[in-house]
Amino acid sequence: MKDRKLRVMVAKPGLDGHDRGARVIARAFRDAGFEVVYTGLHQTPEEIVQAAIQEDVDMIGLSSLAGAHIYLFRRVVELLREKGIDDIVVCGGGIIPEEDIPKLKKIGIREIFTPGTKLEDIVQWVKENVKPRIEGVKCKVK
Amino acid sequence: MQSEVKKVLSGDVRTVARLIRDIDDKVPEVREVLKALYPYTGKAYVIGVTGAPGVGKSTLVDQMVAHLRKEGKTVGVLAVDPTSPFSGGAILGDRIRMQRHSLDDGVFIRSLATRGHFGGLTQSTRSAIDVLDAMGKDYIIVETVGVGQDEVDVVRSAQTTIILVIPGMGDDIQAIKAGILEVGDIFVVNKADREGSDKTVHELKLMLDMSQEKYEEGRWKPPVLKMEAVFDRGVKELLEEIEKHRMYLAEKSGGTSFRKTRERIREELSEMVKNRIIEEVFEKLIQSGEFEKAVNSIRAGETDPYTACEDLVIPKLNLAEEHGRKR
Ligand SMILES: Nc1nc2c(ncn2[C@@H]2O[C@H](COP(=O)(O)OP(=O)(O)OP(=O)(O)O)[C@@H](O)[C@H]2O)c(=O)[nH]1
Ligand SMILES: [Mg+2]
Repeated sequence: MKDRKLRVMVAKPGLDGHDRGARVIARAFRDAGFEVVYTGLHQTPEEIVQAAIQEDVDMIGLSSLAGAHIYLFRRVVELLREKGIDDIVVCGGGIIPEEDIPKLKKIGIREIFTPGTKLEDIVQWVKENVKPRIEGVKCKVK
Repeated sequence: MQSEVKKVLSGDVRTVARLIRDIDDKVPEVREVLKALYPYTGKAYVIGVTGAPGVGKSTLVDQMVAHLRKEGKTVGVLAVDPTSPFSGGAILGDRIRMQRHSLDDGVFIRSLATRGHFGGLTQSTRSAIDVLDAMGKDYIIVETVGVGQDEVDVVRSAQTTIILVIPGMGDDIQAIKAGILEVGDIFVVNKADREGSDKTVHELKLMLDMSQEKYEEGRWKPPVLKMEAVFDRGVKELLEEIEKHRMYLAEKSGGTSFRKTRERIREELSEMVKNRIIEEVFEKLIQSGEFEKAVNSIRAGETDPYTACEDLVIPKLNLAEEHGRKR
């Protein structure tokens, strides 16, 4: 399946009104050859998960600059789990206090990128840790 | 495959989403599913929305979805954005304007990248339309950026094609003329809250009149509407025009579903055959490096393009045999 393309979603849950960071990362992902679905500001976890399903992405990158990241990020992971989805990687980025990182990883956020992280390191991490879904439609041709 | 088909027919979102991915990624097995779905297609009404970058296509699609939902219709949206020729990646941002519908079960929105395969966009978009159609969506809206031939071809899969422009595009309107004027069923001057919209409407009407021969008695004459999509002004009127166009088509085809008219089938099949040939012959020549090798040979004066072409193509033409053997 040489044509398989990595599809990722960049989403901004919560109330803060800045998406410069999210846009920068979206561009970096595009330049790395990924298809990036960007959903804009003020998304609820429900909206993010529903969009991720419709878009069949391999990864959701959550960006948060406000304080509610623990609740919001956890909700995204929970919703995916409730729907029986275990093959979408969830990552987070933004202004996130050091002490929260272990907590977030425990609830199922695979990696957290804080403002100091270089773009190329994030891209590299995604390339190494997120693979496009390999299995195609299950279909038996008689 | 049986269950795959059943899941699509029952409207299973996850299955549909994955199937569209497989279509896009050209997973060969997907054809078997599409074959099985075909009998269930032809019911949806397909609307194309195209126009230059930033003219308000996604904003309009979002409003159309809202109106159609109020009438109780279900809607599928395919929003196509260009693939970067440098990286092969893409930013698919149309969804931003439509996210208010993401929790609505009656709406399925999918962003697609053009991916730059030769004419493949039309093919994969058409297949995605078939899937959403079989899924039971009443309307399918396809948004493309009206720049390349490929995008223009995509909107030709639609029953009604809407071309969006904005005031003061001047020269751009001239540019539209090139390929797109012919495919437009309804023209919309969006951002009519800006200065110059009446002038743009006038210019468009003039241009349409100049190609008057096309519009003999009884033929559909594309209307030109003013719109302020962000403020939901003019959207209702547009949907009324779409309905009129739909009636016109129904009358013309004598009740046969548009997709199943002789003309459509011919067009779709011819696209499909051409695409398959490109896929099976041309793309393979590129991948194997034979094509580049031939280019080098011509440059080096070892052969001429006519001979090179024959040498490339003829060995590939016993495909049928090859496939027969595989079975
Ligand atoms: N003033 C004004 N702005 C509008 C109107 N309709 C849309 N816009 C704005 O135009 C900008 C682009 O709108 P989109 O709907 O994203 O345009 P698009 O054609 O889908 O853009 P691409 O998909 O990037 O080509 C947004 O900021 C909209 O809010 C309108 O009627 N009037
Ligand atoms: Mg758009």
